[in-house]
Amino acid sequence: MSFPLLTVTAAVPAVGAVVTAAVPAAQRTTAKYTALLFSLATLVFAAVALVRFDPDGDRYQLTESHAWIKDFGLRYDLGVDGIAVVMVALTALLIPFVMLAGWHDADPLEDANPNRRWRPTQGFFALILLVEAMVVLSFEATDVFLFYIFFEAMLIPMYFLIGGFGDRAHAGGEEEAARQRSYAAVKFLLYNLAGGLIMLAAVIGLYVVTAHQLGTGTFSLQEILSARASGKLDIETSTERWLFLGFFFAFAVKAPLWPLHTWLPNAMGESTAPVAVLITAVVDKVGTFAMLRFCLQLFPEASKWAAPVILVLALISIIYGALLAVGQRDIKRLIAYASVSHFGFIILGIFAMTSQGQSGATLYMVNHGISTAALMLVAGFLITRRGSRLIADFGGVQKVAPILAGTFLIGGLATLSLPGLAPFVSEFLVLVGTFSRYPVLGIIATLGIVLAALYVLVLYQRTMTGPVKAGIEGMTDLKARELLVVTPLIALLLFLGVYPKPVTDIVNPSVHHTLSDVHKTDPKPALEAKK
Amino acid sequence: METLIGLLVAAPLLGAGVLLTGGKRLDRVGHWIGTLLALLSFVFGAVLFTNMLGKDADARTLNSHLFTWVPVDGFQADVGFQLDQLSMTFVLLITGVGTLIHIYSIGYMAHDERRRRFFGYLNLFLAAMLLLVVADNYFLLYAGWEGVGLASYLLIGFWQHKPSAATAAKKAFIVNRVGDIGLSVAIMLMFTTFGSFAFNQVLPQAQQASTTQHATITGIGFMLLLAACGKSAQVPLQSWLGDAMEGPTPVSALIHAATMVTAGVYLITRSGAIFNAAPDAQTAVVTVGAVTLLFGAIVGCAKDDIKKALAGSTMSQIGYMIMAAGLGPIGYVFAIMHLVTHGFFKAGLFLGAGSVMHGMNDEVDMRRYGGLRKYMPVTFVTFGLGYLAIIGFPGLSGFFSKDKIIEAAFAKGGTEGWILGGAALLGAAITAFYMTRVMLMTFFGEKRWQPDAEGHEPHPHESPSSMTIPMIILAFGSVFAGAFFSINDRFLKWLEPVTGHSEGDSPVSAGTVTGATMVCLVVGVGIAWLIYGRRPVPAVAPRGSLATRAARRDLYQDDFNHVVLVRGGEHLTRSLVYLDHSLVDGVVNGTAASVGGLSGRLRKLQNGYVRSYAVSMLGGTAVLVAATLLMRAV
Repeated sequence: MSFPLLTVTAAVPAVGAVVTAAVPAAQRTTAKYTALLFSLATLVFAAVALVRFDPDGDRYQLTESHAWIKDFGLRYDLGVDGIAVVMVALTALLIPFVMLAGWHDADPLEDANPNRRWRPTQGFFALILLVEAMVVLSFEATDVFLFYIFFEAMLIPMYFLIGGFGDRAHAGGEEEAARQRSYAAVKFLLYNLAGGLIMLAAVIGLYVVTAHQLGTGTFSLQEILSARASGKLDIETSTERWLFLGFFFAFAVKAPLWPLHTWLPNAMGESTAPVAVLITAVVDKVGTFAMLRFCLQLFPEASKWAAPVILVLALISIIYGALLAVGQRDIKRLIAYASVSHFGFIILGIFAMTSQGQSGATLYMVNHGISTAALMLVAGFLITRRGSRLIADFGGVQKVAPILAGTFLIGGLATLSLPGLAPFVSEFLVLVGTFSRYPVLGIIATLGIVLAALYVLVLYQRTMTGPVKAGIEGMTDLKARELLVVTPLIALLLFLGVYPKPVTDIVNPSVHHTLSDVHKTDPKPALEAKK
Repeated sequence: METLIGLLVAAPLLGAGVLLTGGKRLDRVGHWIGTLLALLSFVFGAVLFTNMLGKDADARTLNSHLFTWVPVDGFQADVGFQLDQLSMTFVLLITGVGTLIHIYSIGYMAHDERRRRFFGYLNLFLAAMLLLVVADNYFLLYAGWEGVGLASYLLIGFWQHKPSAATAAKKAFIVNRVGDIGLSVAIMLMFTTFGSFAFNQVLPQAQQASTTQHATITGIGFMLLLAACGKSAQVPLQSWLGDAMEGPTPVSALIHAATMVTAGVYLITRSGAIFNAAPDAQTAVVTVGAVTLLFGAIVGCAKDDIKKALAGSTMSQIGYMIMAAGLGPIGYVFAIMHLVTHGFFKAGLFLGAGSVMHGMNDEVDMRRYGGLRKYMPVTFVTFGLGYLAIIGFPGLSGFFSKDKIIEAAFAKGGTEGWILGGAALLGAAITAFYMTRVMLMTFFGEKRWQPDAEGHEPHPHESPSSMTIPMIILAFGSVFAGAFFSINDRFLKWLEPVTGHSEGDSPVSAGTVTGATMVCLVVGVGIAWLIYGRRPVPAVAPRGSLATRAARRDLYQDDFNHVVLVRGGEHLTRSLVYLDHSLVDGVVNGTAASVGGLSGRLRKLQNGYVRSYAVSMLGGTAVLVAATLLMRAV
């Protein structure tokens, strides 16, 4: 038996979570370094997986397959295609930065009782590792039910991260902060739980259908796909549509797609910046990823049937999210709404069903992860320094902390998709991929680039420029640890902006497979079509 | 040789990288690094130019493919360069004027503690602008296009502590982004029509494509025009340029006069094949050009801020170029020729204005100048030569290049030709008026000097030689470039292989046009002398006629934008924020609650019974297992 690389990639953070949680209460620093070490080890395994993956090889690689509960057809099936292996790498890459950025976020308050049994520092880092393990497994699972388990299970550590370690900077004081935090955590949980329950029904439904048609029920993606290809499995149109909707609803909540987005600003606003990054850059990506892997592959006809409506919702997300971002007074909520807009782009790219759209959407997931991490983590440094996240409390920061302001601007420029930085490539691909099939949608989506410039530059102007405001004078510039977080992210944004080929080369063949699943080919250029 | 094209772009890019990340230890040498790299880039350009001159006119294009930028099925975006006569002209202008302005800035920014950063931004600008003109496809051009937008943003807002500068920078970027929609959509249309956006794929096929895809080609033309309007400050996207004068004056000279704002002219000329195949788009281009040349000129008449008067003038002169480019093969060559001569004299005028401000405690109000010719002789002479060049004084640069455009406008033929030619002549008269006004108010008449806000009396003095030498060199260009280009139709022969050329069919002779232009010039200068030369200039602006007040306010375009776009936008976002909270959130929550009875559970959870969730989750799983078991049994 070959080395179970995928399992190990997920098991390392899971074990890390247990080890970190077991570190004695007093040794906080040890716990932090332990967690960081485990996350770096995960990164190494993810990198190995990325290198070992052969873009021109089989569709699913590094596969592992074990029967789990034979009676129910439950299998422990793992495997990655080009899209999944990139997403695993992104996750593994971001976690160490999230940890470093949140290094002091879970330190006990000065006035806290030292004899308390609860160990927030250990808990914080262990929970992050736990989320990582679940997310990695959901990218790797090729068994629908296995995926469902991790998809749902990651809610629990996330719930505690949001509710238990929220942002202390709140206009209404500590107590109000706690109230808002708990509301945000519960809202996050209930929204995603509701989505998950509906998906569960659809998962069971799928099992029933396969059991009915194939004799034995199965959750295995591979089996379903091959049964479908050979004609043994032929899901009735209306059934397929219902099942599709069940899956899609869960993913649309997680992604999040308008109008199911309202949990995101609360959750990102109330949690600490690193946790907000965890939500939007890592956890939410499972939603869009799952649309590509499960919705399109399992229910190709229904996906095409629903595409027009989904595209319109995605378009609304793009414009609506951007407009709301313009209207925000809270830095973190602003970034959250910007993410809603960006998720709109990703979903647009997926359901436009063109090579450019889907390669763009996949690349967008990666780039958005990095750019949001850069912007949000710097915003977090800023907020921690001032003890407020209201835009109105800032002004003139560039005068006292030029490096902080500069990195914030670069994060912002990435968010508004400036050429030379990674997100430009993916955004343009999504736009052009949408435009070639739906010109009107493509043009309307392009308006998003003006709105993005507006919310980013207004944010920068209000916080960083102008005369130095009261409460800003003594603000310190970025420290070594913070630079260690920001510099590599910026370097990556530049690198992938100029040379995205390493990522697109891995992704393209998988996109090709997905498009042939849904029997779609790219529209031909008008001149060629004429000939 | 091909490698040099890459190095041309790389040199200033390296400068930007080093200067912006180098930290304080580079403060003392930063400006030298920046200037040397700009100069190096100019040297590369000059070498390439000499090399190009040595080849036959039809074999001068150099291509260099670096790497594939975005490889996705069907979508091939490359980083590749194409250097032909058109790009070469721009390369020399950008690096030449660019280097001069770097040198000028050494003195001008000497007392600014963030000088290193300033030079980093200037280098960044050079790199982006060079990328824009040597790109061999529209997608890479787009990168340069947005890159210059970024540099412009950073430089307009260089003095970020001034809220007005920060606002102006943001405005410039956002208005430009509106134009960028045009470029994006144009590229997408090219992609869906030609399957490519490389010059050598799109342009040769444009004519043929217009037979079957006429509407699309016209659409591409309109979208490119929108892009040009944004970058080149043409009506209706002109409103940012006046505010952009918040940036340091060398920036206004380099970016907002000589180079970046002419990118729109480059784009249209480069895309000539598309416009030639889309007459409707060409009509739109000439209309925009004609309207803007008058608009800018009128605004320029009313401004008391010397830089804003010059900004109005820039808008107007670019209007001439855009109009010429819209005329098709009749005008491309002259659009670019005027662009180059304008680069000389307008950069010179701005540097002169900067020199005046430098000597006058950064005062910009011309009503507080007066009589400066005795105190700043070099500035006076160089500025004066630039002045004579721009109004088209016989023999100087502007005379040759502007005259050709006016001729070309008439040569368009028909009613259109008369209208355009008439607008161009009227513009020439107004140009003569407002420039004479600037000249008289600044250098002639009585002293109307005022102490600055801190009570310092101005002590006007000539600027240091690092500033005056670039001014002198630019003055040379302002005087001789036009004649040099026109003798033996040098410029025409140089550029024709790229842009093509046709004489058109003029109802009036070239001599008549020149005569009419001279009359306009005399009238304009005369009226200005009557108002600002013969009588003393009031130190406080009189209320002015309705027209004057309208022109002072940029013909109310900002007010319109403010009421409709800014206010309207604010109301929209505010109501959306409210609705998102009350309606969308409420409805979704409400639906969820009524469907799943979640509200009760929500309350419970909020009371802290989180464990109940875990229990219900376990319960859920148990139900699931039971259900599967049952199903298995059935």
